[in-house]
Amino acid sequence: MPPEERANLGIFLSFQYPVEIPGVSMQNFMRTAVNAKREYQGLPPMSMIEFTKMMKQKQAMVEITEKLQNRYVNVGFSGGEKKKNEIFQMAMLEPELSILDETDSGLDIDALRIVANGVNQLHNEHNAFVVITHYQRLLDYIVPDFVHVMYDGRIVKSGDKKLALELEEKGYEWVKELKL
Amino acid sequence: MDSNPKENIIEEVTNKDYEFGFVTDIETDFIPKGLNEDIIRLISKKKEEPEWLLDFRLKAFRHWQTLKMPTWAHLTIPPIDFQDIIYYAAPKQRKAKSLDEVDPELLATFDKLGISLDEQKKLSGVAVDAVMDSTSVKTTFQETLSKHGIIFMSFSEAVKQHPDLVKKYLGKVVPYTDNFFAALNSAVFSDGSFCYVPKGVRCPIELSTYFRINAANTGQFERTLIVADEGAYVSYMEGCTAPQRDENQLHAAIVEIISEKDAEVKYSTVQNWYPGDKDGKGGIYNFVTKRGICRGDNAKISWTQVETGSAITWKYPSCILKGDNTVAEFYSVAVTNNYQQADTGTKMIHIGKNSRSTIISKGISAGHSQNGYRGLVKVVPEASNCRNFSQCDSLLLGDQCGAHTWPYVECGNDSSILEHEATTSKISEDQLFYCNQRGIPTEKAIGLIVNGYAKDVLNKLPMEFAVEAQKLLSITLEGSVG
Repeated sequence: MPPEERANLGIFLSFQYPVEIPGVSMQNFMRTAVNAKREYQGLPPMSMIEFTKMMKQKQAMVEITEKLQNRYVNVGFSGGEKKKNEIFQMAMLEPELSILDETDSGLDIDALRIVANGVNQLHNEHNAFVVITHYQRLLDYIVPDFVHVMYDGRIVKSGDKKLALELEEKGYEWVKELKL
Repeated sequence: MDSNPKENIIEEVTNKDYEFGFVTDIETDFIPKGLNEDIIRLISKKKEEPEWLLDFRLKAFRHWQTLKMPTWAHLTIPPIDFQDIIYYAAPKQRKAKSLDEVDPELLATFDKLGISLDEQKKLSGVAVDAVMDSTSVKTTFQETLSKHGIIFMSFSEAVKQHPDLVKKYLGKVVPYTDNFFAALNSAVFSDGSFCYVPKGVRCPIELSTYFRINAANTGQFERTLIVADEGAYVSYMEGCTAPQRDENQLHAAIVEIISEKDAEVKYSTVQNWYPGDKDGKGGIYNFVTKRGICRGDNAKISWTQVETGSAITWKYPSCILKGDNTVAEFYSVAVTNNYQQADTGTKMIHIGKNSRSTIISKGISAGHSQNGYRGLVKVVPEASNCRNFSQCDSLLLGDQCGAHTWPYVECGNDSSILEHEATTSKISEDQLFYCNQRGIPTEKAIGLIVNGYAKDVLNKLPMEFAVEAQKLLSITLEGSVG
């Protein structure tokens, strides 16, 4: 299945290193994305007024205060801004399953809190999040229902949030041994 | 007749470019194939021209016979048999186009463009300001314009009604001795547009000409002459299309612009000639000479072009900055796909002091195409304190295409500053994947990225034209990746 179809079916992948697209405004980019999904669902394109309103509302959720609509996609964004922008896009597209790939890497504490707040606000009984991280730190803000440890492409250990704490204390070496 | 001509012209401009691909079923008046003095006399006679114009044609023809086709461009041009071309064809009458004759692929194209076919049906009844094959079919808004003293009419009409003006300016910027194709055009040109804006007048509406090649085996050789007298302003747009044919057709036009003291001319074009099919069969050979002169002090000329059509493009809209403090601009997006070839660019000749020029060129190559920028910035020793900024960017889609840049710079003094920037980039897989992950299909993503890349130039187009150009860019590149 091509990635755009997966996306339109409700899977969102946040990037660890979001790419820059010069000359393409965030407004144009998001509008194209939102309408691509609506087209896939057999819905008419969203009106400009409705879209602008939605953009403003979701921007507030991730505390992007400056004017985002005319900035080019990720061009000149700081590391933290890029990550916030990923969460913003996730909020716009309202996916059922979101995969956040090391969203916490390179984030300062404030940005980390904002990103986590965004995830917590979006989380409801109809959607799920897979958060990929190496550190407990993010999980102070996003409290996981399940924790899985991947090693060599396979889940080698599962548990609840306590497992993350255990890992933080003991490291990963002991998990490797479980596989053998 | 129409209370709001501006809206009407916008409608024409935004819709008409996409009537390409099909052949209009009309009775056409042809002359025999071939090129000789008798043919030229015949053309001149058919157009009921004065003696001086026939002389001009014959001189040009005699000069052309001494010339050889230029070979310096980075183009592979199959031999052209100039005796195998019909040099004059004119529709005998205007006739509404039947939608039923439009091929299904074209109908699909209209759908993609978001133009409903009902609109098209209405449009068929609308008088379009158009040059079909060798003659001007109709020029609209003449009355509105004449209130301001503006002359805007077909070239043939102008020869009859304003012979002194035509004689005064014809061939003054592009003499018939200029190059092979300029000489050919001067000998056989059939029609085109003439525009004269008198002193101190700001032209209130956008002027536009729409060129269409319809008849088979026919060349189109139009001539456009735009004059802005002292302190005048005019914005002029040109669009062009041709039917899909398996054989190649020749288009060799001349555009001359004269901008007098304190005057400004904005010239925009979306060139959408038939580019040939995906295997490189058919398409227009486009050999065009476009040049403007900022003749008086403080004069300004700006060229904006979006080139998506033609099998071969050979075109260098240029400016001579003769007056002091003159300004010239060249903004270009050239897209080539499949087997298209483009060798295009500009020349900025600084003669006046403190003259300034800007060049922004964006080339986009896809498929097996070759896309070249060729430019000259020349500052003569007397032209002190001149400025030029050039930026030439190339974007490659795929690995079978080529992008080439030949910037020439000649600076004759040390008080002038010339800057040149160039980049070559590829649309990255990462960018496409990123868009895909947001639900945007690859073809739409390419359109998005390419339009972003060309934004600096598209922003210079009159707004209604820009919208159309954006759509055109996306459609031209459809299927170019993957």
